[in-house]
Amino acid sequence: MSKDDQILEQFASKEYEHGWTVDIEADSAPPGLNEDIVRFISAKKEEPEWLLEWRLKAYRNWRKMTEPNWANVHYPKPQFEDIIYYSAPKKKKTANSLDEVDPELLKTFERLGISLTEQKRLTGVAVDAVMDSVSVGTTFKKQLLEQGIIFCSFSEAVKEHPELVKKYIGSVVPSNDNFYAALNSAVFSDGSFCYIPKGVRCPVELSTYFRINAANTGQFERTLIVAEEDSYVSYLEGCTAPQRDENQLHAAVVEIYAAKNAEVKYSTVQNWYPGDKQGKGGIYNFVTKRGICAGDYAKISWTQVETGSAVTWKYPSCILKGDYSQGEFYSVAVTNNFQQADTGTKMIHIGKNTKSRIVSKGVSGGRSQNSYRGLVEIHPRATNSRNFSQCDSLLMGDQCGAHTFPYIEVKNKSSQIEHEATTSKIGEDQIFYCTQRGIDEESAVALIVNGYCKEVLNKLPMEFAVEAQKLLALTLEGSVG
Amino acid sequence: MLSIKNLHASIEGKQILKGINLEVKPGEVHAIMGPNGSGKSTLASVLAGREDYTVDSGEIVFKGKDLLELAADERAKEGVFLAFQYPIEIPGVTTTNFMKTAINKVREHRGLEPLDAVSFLQLMKEKMKLVEIDQSLLSRSLNEGFSGGEKKRNEIFQMAMLEPTLAVLDETDSGLDIDALRIVSNGVNTLKNADNATIVVTHYQRLLDYIVPDFVHVLYDGKIVKSGGKDLAKELEKRGYDWVKEEADVAKA
Repeated sequence: MSKDDQILEQFASKEYEHGWTVDIEADSAPPGLNEDIVRFISAKKEEPEWLLEWRLKAYRNWRKMTEPNWANVHYPKPQFEDIIYYSAPKKKKTANSLDEVDPELLKTFERLGISLTEQKRLTGVAVDAVMDSVSVGTTFKKQLLEQGIIFCSFSEAVKEHPELVKKYIGSVVPSNDNFYAALNSAVFSDGSFCYIPKGVRCPVELSTYFRINAANTGQFERTLIVAEEDSYVSYLEGCTAPQRDENQLHAAVVEIYAAKNAEVKYSTVQNWYPGDKQGKGGIYNFVTKRGICAGDYAKISWTQVETGSAVTWKYPSCILKGDYSQGEFYSVAVTNNFQQADTGTKMIHIGKNTKSRIVSKGVSGGRSQNSYRGLVEIHPRATNSRNFSQCDSLLMGDQCGAHTFPYIEVKNKSSQIEHEATTSKIGEDQIFYCTQRGIDEESAVALIVNGYCKEVLNKLPMEFAVEAQKLLALTLEGSVG
Repeated sequence: MLSIKNLHASIEGKQILKGINLEVKPGEVHAIMGPNGSGKSTLASVLAGREDYTVDSGEIVFKGKDLLELAADERAKEGVFLAFQYPIEIPGVTTTNFMKTAINKVREHRGLEPLDAVSFLQLMKEKMKLVEIDQSLLSRSLNEGFSGGEKKRNEIFQMAMLEPTLAVLDETDSGLDIDALRIVSNGVNTLKNADNATIVVTHYQRLLDYIVPDFVHVLYDGKIVKSGGKDLAKELEKRGYDWVKEEADVAKA
C-alpha cells in the first residue's frame, strides 16, 4: 500500500470514528487547523503526494507567520481554531451536464439571479460555479477543449493536468508570500484553473461565481490562469454571499501567468455580505491576487468593482518582467455603513520599457473607511518605464473617511511617473438637479456615482457592467439623508 | 392650476419672499420681472422644492395638491419643471442617460411602462429638432464643458422631453446670444398648449419679445408690487425699475 493510500485509508476509517458520514448536511472537516486537517483535505480531494507536501510546507510556514497589521482596517482577528476548513455540498459527484446538478443548488443560483442554464443559453459565458468550495458545474468545457483551452475546477486540473498545475502553482504567489496566502496554500479547497495554449484567442468570457453558503466555513479558493505565447483571455469573477451574522473569512489566491505577447484581462465584481447597518457580521475578504508578465509584450489588466465585505484587504498586482510588458489596474471600491476597505495595487517594473496604469475610484458613505494603497516600483534595469496613477475619492456625508497611501520607489533615472489625486463630495446642487427632473434621491446618488466610476465600469465586459451598476446602487442605499 | 397664497420664505434666517400671491391658469404665460435681489430666483426655487429654502407661511396649491407637502422629485413627477439659471454639471453621466432615467421615473409615477430603447431614441430625435441640439452634445457628460447657450438649449430640450404642466424658466435668457435666444424661445413657444402653463422669470424685457406673456408681474422686496399685461414689460424696459420701486415704497410708507 502506497503512502497515499495509507493516508486515505486512515482518513476513511477516521471518518467513522468521528461520526463524519455522508448523511450530514455538508461533508465537513471539524473546526480548527492542524497537519491532520491539511492531510484530510488533501486526501478528500484525492491529491498526489507532491501537492500534499506543498500544502504541508505552506502550513508549517503559516504557523510561523503573524497576521499583517499594516492595513488601515480594524476588526477582531479571526479565530482560526473555530473555522471549518473544508466543507463540500453533499452531492459532490462531478456533473457531466447541468441536468445532473442538484436542483436545490441550481435554485440557489437562480435566486442570486445567475441561472446557469440561462447564462449558458443567452450570454455565451462559460461558467464554473463554486459553491462551498467545490465546483458544481462547468459549462462550455467541450467547446473550449476543441481549441485546446482548459477551463475547469482546480481539483479537476490537479487530476487531469497535474504537470501544468505543478509547474505554475505558487510560481507567482509563493506559498510563503504572506499570512493569508500561506493559509490558502495549506487549506485551499477548490477554485478554477484556466489554460490558454499558444496562439489561441479565447472566444468567450470565462466566468466563475463564488459564493459562501454554509455557516462558519472559510472559503479558500485558488485560481490559476496560464496564458501561453500570443494568447488572449478575458476572465470574470463574481462573488455573492448570503447574509450571515458571524464574520466569515475569505482568503483567496489568484495567480496569472502571461507568456510573451499574451494578454489576460481579469474582472471582478465583489459583493460579499458587508454586515448589517450596525456593522455586525460580514465577510473578511483577505485576498492575494498577482499576475506576472513573464514574457516581452505581455499584458495583464485587473478591473475590480468592490462593493461588499465588512473588511477588504486586496491588492491585485502586476510583475512586469518582460520588456515592453504592460500592467493595468482599474478599481471602484464602494464602502457604506461600517465597511472598511484597504485596496489598491502593486506595479513592479522589472523589464525595460514597461508601462503601467492605475485608475482607482473610491466612494465612501456612512461611517465607512476607504483606503487606496498602491506601490509603483521601478527596478534598476527597467529603463524607460512609465506609470500613470489616478486616485479619486468621493465622499458622502461627514462621518466616512477616504485615505490614499501611494508608495513610489524608483531606482532608474529614465522612468516617468505621474500621480494624480482628487477628493470630492457629492454636491447638493447635483442631487437637486436630478430630483427636479423626477429622479428620487437614492437613484440620483446612484446615477452620480455611476458617472463618477464610468471610466472603470467601461472596462468591464457588458453583462458585468450592468450588474456592477445595480450593485453600486444597492450598496449606496441609505447613504444620504 | 397653480395658486400661491401669501407665501413667505427665507434662507438661513433671512426673509426673502414676503407674501406672494399668484394665480396661474392652464394655457397662460406669466412673466415675473424685477430688479436684482427682489426674490425672483427664490420664488422659482421654492416652487421646485429646493431644500435650502424654508417656507415660513402661506400655501401653494398645484392641480389641487398641496405642493409644499411634496418632495422635489414628486413635484417633478406631478409636472413641475424648472429650467435652471445655472445648469449643474454631472461628470460621467450623459444627457441621454440622465433623460432616460428621468423619463422612466416619471412614467413609473404615472403607471406607465418604461420606454424601450427604440421609442426613447425616437422621442429624443423629435425633441432635438425643436431646440436644434446635436446628438453629439447629448452623448457628452451632462453640461460638462457646454457653452452657456448649449446649457440653456439643453434645459429646454429636457423640458421638451418631460412635457411638464408647469414650466418655470429661471433667467433662461441670461448668457444667450440672439440666435440662441431665438432657438430657445421657439422651443418654449412650440411646447405651449392649452393645458400647460409657463412662468418666465427674467430681468430683461428682451426675452418677452420672443415669449409673449399674458401677464407681467413685478417682484420687489419679496412681494408682487405691480401686475399688468405685456405692455408693462415694455414700460419697464423704457423706464427701468425705479418708478415701480418708488411707487411701492410710497405705498408701504
